[in-house]
Amino acid sequence: MNVAPYAVAAWLLLVGIYGVVTSRHLVHLVLCLAVAQASTYVLLLGIGYRTGGRAPIFFDIPPGTPVVDPVVQALTLTDVVVEATVSAVLLALAVQAHKRFGSADPDRLGELRG
Amino acid sequence: MTPGIRRGIAVAALAGLGVALLAACLGLPDFGHPRGPYATEVIPISLHERHVTSVVAAITFDIRGIDTLGEELILFSAAAGATVLLRSQRAEEDAREAIERHHALAERTPAPVRGLGAALAGPLLVLGVYIVAHGQLTPGGGFQGGVVLASAFLLVYAAGHFIRGPVSLVELGEAAGAGAYVLIALGGLVFAGAAMENFLPYGTTGELLSGGTIPVLNVAVGVEVCGAIVLILSELLDQAMLRREDR
Amino acid sequence: MTVAVLSLLVPLGAACALAGLAPFTHRRAGWTPVLVMAAAAALSAVALARTAPRLDFVFGGWRPRVGVAFAIDHIGGGLALFVGVLGVAALAVAARSIAAESLAFDALMLVFIGAMIGFCLTGDLFNLFVFFELMSVSAYVLVGYEVRRRAALEGALTFAVTNTVGSILLLVGIALLYGHTGALNLAQIGRTIGPADTLVEVAFALIACGLLVKAAVVPFHLWTADAYAVAPTPVCILLAGAFSELGLYGLARVYWTVFHGSLPAEEVRAVLLAAGVLTAALGAVMCAVQHHLKRMLAFATIAHVGLFLAGLGLLTAEGVAGTAIWVVADGLVKAGLFACVAILHHRFGVVEVADLHGRGSRGVGVIFVLGALAIAALPLTGKALIEEGEAWLPVAMVLVTGVVAGTLLRAAGRIFWGLGKPPPHDPAGDEPAGEDVREGEGGVGLLRALAAALVLGGIAWGFVPGLRGAAGRAAAAFTDQRGYAAAMLDGHAPPLPHVVLAPPGATAYVYALGSLGLALAIAAVGLWGGLRVPAPVEALRRLHNGRPGDYVTWTVLGAAVLVGVFTL
Repeated sequence: MNVAPYAVAAWLLLVGIYGVVTSRHLVHLVLCLAVAQASTYVLLLGIGYRTGGRAPIFFDIPPGTPVVDPVVQALTLTDVVVEATVSAVLLALAVQAHKRFGSADPDRLGELRG
Repeated sequence: MTPGIRRGIAVAALAGLGVALLAACLGLPDFGHPRGPYATEVIPISLHERHVTSVVAAITFDIRGIDTLGEELILFSAAAGATVLLRSQRAEEDAREAIERHHALAERTPAPVRGLGAALAGPLLVLGVYIVAHGQLTPGGGFQGGVVLASAFLLVYAAGHFIRGPVSLVELGEAAGAGAYVLIALGGLVFAGAAMENFLPYGTTGELLSGGTIPVLNVAVGVEVCGAIVLILSELLDQAMLRREDR
Repeated sequence: MTVAVLSLLVPLGAACALAGLAPFTHRRAGWTPVLVMAAAAALSAVALARTAPRLDFVFGGWRPRVGVAFAIDHIGGGLALFVGVLGVAALAVAARSIAAESLAFDALMLVFIGAMIGFCLTGDLFNLFVFFELMSVSAYVLVGYEVRRRAALEGALTFAVTNTVGSILLLVGIALLYGHTGALNLAQIGRTIGPADTLVEVAFALIACGLLVKAAVVPFHLWTADAYAVAPTPVCILLAGAFSELGLYGLARVYWTVFHGSLPAEEVRAVLLAAGVLTAALGAVMCAVQHHLKRMLAFATIAHVGLFLAGLGLLTAEGVAGTAIWVVADGLVKAGLFACVAILHHRFGVVEVADLHGRGSRGVGVIFVLGALAIAALPLTGKALIEEGEAWLPVAMVLVTGVVAGTLLRAAGRIFWGLGKPPPHDPAGDEPAGEDVREGEGGVGLLRALAAALVLGGIAWGFVPGLRGAAGRAAAAFTDQRGYAAAMLDGHAPPLPHVVLAPPGATAYVYALGSLGLALAIAAVGLWGGLRVPAPVEALRRLHNGRPGDYVTWTVLGAAVLVGVFTL
């Protein structure tokens, strides 16, 4: 069975989280989270793909043509919006951290101890 | 934890997760042959009951419309968040500095680039409106079109111009878009007995006004997404993108 | 059905309206959000009253296999009502104690609470995820609200990063389930999931990881204390009383509707019990060494979440019923304790025990002590049900609640009566008060009344007549997988299995007394003894160091362990 798409999704997830763990700059951390999120898009779209299917838009193809799964596309759309918003909030926090406190290094966040 | 230990634990844990994920994926149906009964049921519904040609739009705005309401509110929260997190303690100097930097940038930008930026803004806006309006017919819709609309503002900014417009109007527009979605959901309740039910006439497949509430929701979402993204960008750019009228 | 939908849409619509008005006025919304939330809570109550025993409907009038379904039963509807009531309390505290500059705070709170209500009522897996994310994103912003302070920024960052990793894992699990069954409706996935193979086990483990990050179970709990320490008090009320409990509710709901028939119950039970007890132990130990009131309450919440997880992990209807009763009581008492903290913050601007030594007023002190005692002896009914479960579980519960209550009593003794010597300075509490604190005496009367009402409500909850019977029936409906699927997909519900809950026996009172005794002993030792913190506990404390990289490492390690346990 063709595992390549799922392997890509798994790899993106692992690399993204590894990037988050070892990150030394908050903007880099946010982008690594975006990579990890992208793994879910690949996984969802890979699950919905139908060999020989067209896009699920019947504007210029006759009804009854085999198409790929439209439900995962809607789920991915929601997922993309969610990821974009989380990135926006995190970037706002990162900008504040850099501007007001001079450092965007996540390992220098150490005030909360214990 | 020292960085070395952290890396070691992370690599070990991620390797284990990776192996498990791949093993799980082997249990999925073969790539290219999705099993889903959901997908096959949804396609004829969109075409015949709702008269839209874009099945994805039918799912997003009608069949799973309440998910889209949640998603839209997430964007709304993020825009409010950008405002709260960045605006409330931005010193006046920061904003003024940002505007001065932008003036300097504008002066350095060659005239053809500025002209092109200004000239392209109009077509971008039209493209955005087109994508929003045709969401139920072709790929696109409220979210995609809203982002294209927001990018028109960003283009004007990047080309060195200012947009004179009150930020409050953008905020109002964004909230109005979100509120409109909620109202239409309630409208389904009032007019058709079930929340989020499509209560406008469906029209003919392939026409601009087809699908009942789907094009209306598209517009609401387009307005809201455009407003939210413009707000977020403008806050991240220290409000140099949209100048307040009182400055 | 209308009423239930309105209870969800009213707060969300009001939030949009408030946000629309925000740029045009600089006044706070005053009591409007409280009224809106009270209306939503009233609607939840009516919806709950009409649910008998289930209320299923699908948005848009579609059939359940196609549309997004809401499946309201007594546990879900009751939890939604509870969230609404806590929301009213939180918004009332906010109206009095937050000098915020715009309506955005109120709008975000309404969205937060509305999302939690939706989370309780939903019957669709992806809809669960959407409300989960909405809850999370509004929480990220609310926790970081006082962003002028460095600690708030950092707390919000670690909170957001850790929870986002959790939600990514959750979504991977959902995608796997969708690929396997082709459905998103919980009942339908449950019917078509088939026997447990690697995919099902991994999917459950990943979904559990995502939900347990929110529930603050070890080792996913590291964000909790940092976030509670910096969040405004109304947000803390909701975080402590509802946010983490909803993570557990989501796990229970997904387990009972989807995975119950296919995963081996013994394995799930062992894992959940182990995780629960570990969390409870860690929470209690860390709570005992805190001298910052909000962090203390954060670890107290973690300890209780561990016990709730143990109660749910028994995988019986009695466990669910007992936990449900306990969650409500505990949430109300915690809200009352946080309201007391709000009073102290309002008056003095600090929440560290060292700075407050001897300064608190006796009236508030009485409420605080009452709350602490309630935690030790509280849910005579709820706890008792769980104590029927395993033999060693009641002993663990006595120890944990005793330690937590003892710590709170120790703090109360120091703050309100000036007993004992001042504790060392907590390194986490060095931040000066945020500028959002309103100075002066005004408004404390209302907060005091609210705190008293919440604590007394939490205690009185255990004495509500017919509570055990109602909880038993609700739990029977919750754990009845076939009945849930039949009601949702076939349109008719088979009769409920009969669940009888015994009233608390003598052993329950013995355990309660034991817990109370332990609490008083610990408080006395803390106030007048001179114990040093042992080295392993110091090491544990250093693990909570505020760095997102470390927290995510622990999260991933926990995920790998969970996945490994289920698949091997």
